[in-house]
Amino acid sequence: MSGKSDRLLGIAGILLAALMVWRATLIQESFIQDPLGPKAFPIVIAIVIAIASAYIIFRPDEEPLWPPFGRLAEIGLAVVAMVLYAQFLPIAGFVVATAFASTYLTWRLGTPPIRAVVAGIVTSVGIYAVFHLILGLSLARGPWGF
Amino acid sequence: MDSLSHLADGFSVALTFQNLGLALLGCFLGTIIGALPGLGPSNGVAILIPLVFSLGLPATPALILLTSVYYGAMYGGRISSILLNIPGDEPALMTTLDGYPMARKGQAGEALALSGLASFFGAFFATWGLVFLAPQLVKVALLFGTAEYFALFVLAFATLGGLTSRNQAKSAFAAALGLAIAMVGVDGQTGVPRFTFGEVHLYDGIDFLVAIVGLFALSEVFIFLEHRGDDQAGGKVKLGRIIPPMEMINKVWGTMSRSTVLGFIAGVLPGAGASLGSFIAYSIEKKLSDKNGTFGTGDPRGVAAPEAGNNAAAGGALVPMLALGVPGSGTTAVLLAMLLALNITPGPLLFQNNPDVVWGLIAALFIANFMLLALNIPMVSIFVRILTIPTNYLMPAVAMISFVGIYGISGSTFDLMVMIAFGVLGWILRKLDVPLVPIILGVLLGDQMEKNLRRTMTISDGDLWALVASPLSIGLWTLAVVGFILPILVGRYFRPKIADRPEMEGADPD
Repeated sequence: MSGKSDRLLGIAGILLAALMVWRATLIQESFIQDPLGPKAFPIVIAIVIAIASAYIIFRPDEEPLWPPFGRLAEIGLAVVAMVLYAQFLPIAGFVVATAFASTYLTWRLGTPPIRAVVAGIVTSVGIYAVFHLILGLSLARGPWGF
Repeated sequence: MDSLSHLADGFSVALTFQNLGLALLGCFLGTIIGALPGLGPSNGVAILIPLVFSLGLPATPALILLTSVYYGAMYGGRISSILLNIPGDEPALMTTLDGYPMARKGQAGEALALSGLASFFGAFFATWGLVFLAPQLVKVALLFGTAEYFALFVLAFATLGGLTSRNQAKSAFAAALGLAIAMVGVDGQTGVPRFTFGEVHLYDGIDFLVAIVGLFALSEVFIFLEHRGDDQAGGKVKLGRIIPPMEMINKVWGTMSRSTVLGFIAGVLPGAGASLGSFIAYSIEKKLSDKNGTFGTGDPRGVAAPEAGNNAAAGGALVPMLALGVPGSGTTAVLLAMLLALNITPGPLLFQNNPDVVWGLIAALFIANFMLLALNIPMVSIFVRILTIPTNYLMPAVAMISFVGIYGISGSTFDLMVMIAFGVLGWILRKLDVPLVPIILGVLLGDQMEKNLRRTMTISDGDLWALVASPLSIGLWTLAVVGFILPILVGRYFRPKIADRPEMEGADPD
């Protein structure tokens, strides 16, 4: 069916709008008050989202070209790699974590494994040298001090 | 000539050894960023903001560095358009039409030099336009009250999809989504948390830098993963001679002048960025001077027109951004983010209270322009060599630098996770052809928009008619409605045909 993706987007938008209205009504009023209060504007925005979503559901665009499953999995794995990177960054330290993450990405972007490892290490050490040693930016410090 | 004396003060700010060095560095980096496919003025500047912010540079030098990058990226976009037939960024799209055929004819060097000259011409005169027009707009803006500002924000959002918008519902959806994101956090007026779901990290709200870097830079990495190996840029092109013959330059003066004026106007108007500037400049030039049907086959005028047009538009777009604090295009939205990150709120008060920042910035634009001309004509072969860095080494570095920048702001893993989430969101929305710029603008302006609305209501004691009580605000509302509806009626006549190609999906916005 054409326009399925857009319909899903529209449905997600309506759900988001509903969630916003529901959460907005739960906002605790404070003793400081202004005529409009903290709820009105978010509710107006939720209504705009709902109207736009409804329009998207009824008049969807052509279906975009989704990548085949393999590529979707590729993107999913890259997300996992980035999440792991974010979690391990404060534990393993910048240089080690970055070397792993950028090796992975370089490899998945089509570099042979050994060259990817070299490139990953070079990228990591290069960024460390430029941003930490030269520019003095504070990067995550691991157990080995870098 | 108040402006000129201010400008002279601006030059005294910008002409220090450190600031000149930063401008040079910015121009160099910017040209590289613009030239590399996949990195454009928006995401290039987006990645650099958090870095500059964490380096703790004072406001003026930081501004000089980043605006030089912005102008540099506008210059750089043409390099890959001409040599590889791949626009380095969206505004350079039109340059491929005649630039690449010129390169095929062995005139790559000439095309590059000519487009460099046209870029300089457009940007130089647009910066003069900025000098004279921005103070005038400031005078108008000083009449604005809270109701007028609210209407102005509505106008900005309504026209952001632009004349070229394909689907206004999606533009509206994106803007509202951005505003919704801006609502997360403690309400500034009454101090109650909103939409935080009890998560302490969300009390401060979502940092707009995290959103921008995620949406623009990380989503680009996902796009590359998706299309890996699909279209490798093939074939080296010979540069040929770098200095075009005088005869060729003489032929394009008229073209450059017309395109500069058109581009500047397109840039100043709300809802039209550099892409529209280059598109209009090219189409009008084609109508006017294409008598022998040479456009599209490597006509030098077809290279000069879009480049003068897009650089003039880039300068023009700074007028509403600086004078009103309301950007009209993607890159100026990112520049607004940069100002906000440095704790500078653009608008009429900035011109009154911090003239050194504004005029130092404008002076820096002039300086950057001359530097870029110098960098781009004789040294273009260096940038051409950088183009040969394969993306499989480049994109991981871009991703890692994005992480470095965001981690540098807060040192928090939570922010990194939010950034990844925005990256995925950005990728999905780009696939679905939902524009990202309105989201960014919503995140940036949401707070101020709500504040102005609520102040209006406080002043009028809850009377909604106060929003349309002055002729000025009625005018702004009218413009907003017209600006939203007009593209639905005339949009398809103004949209460049090639922008509808599937491979341009969610290309880097101007």
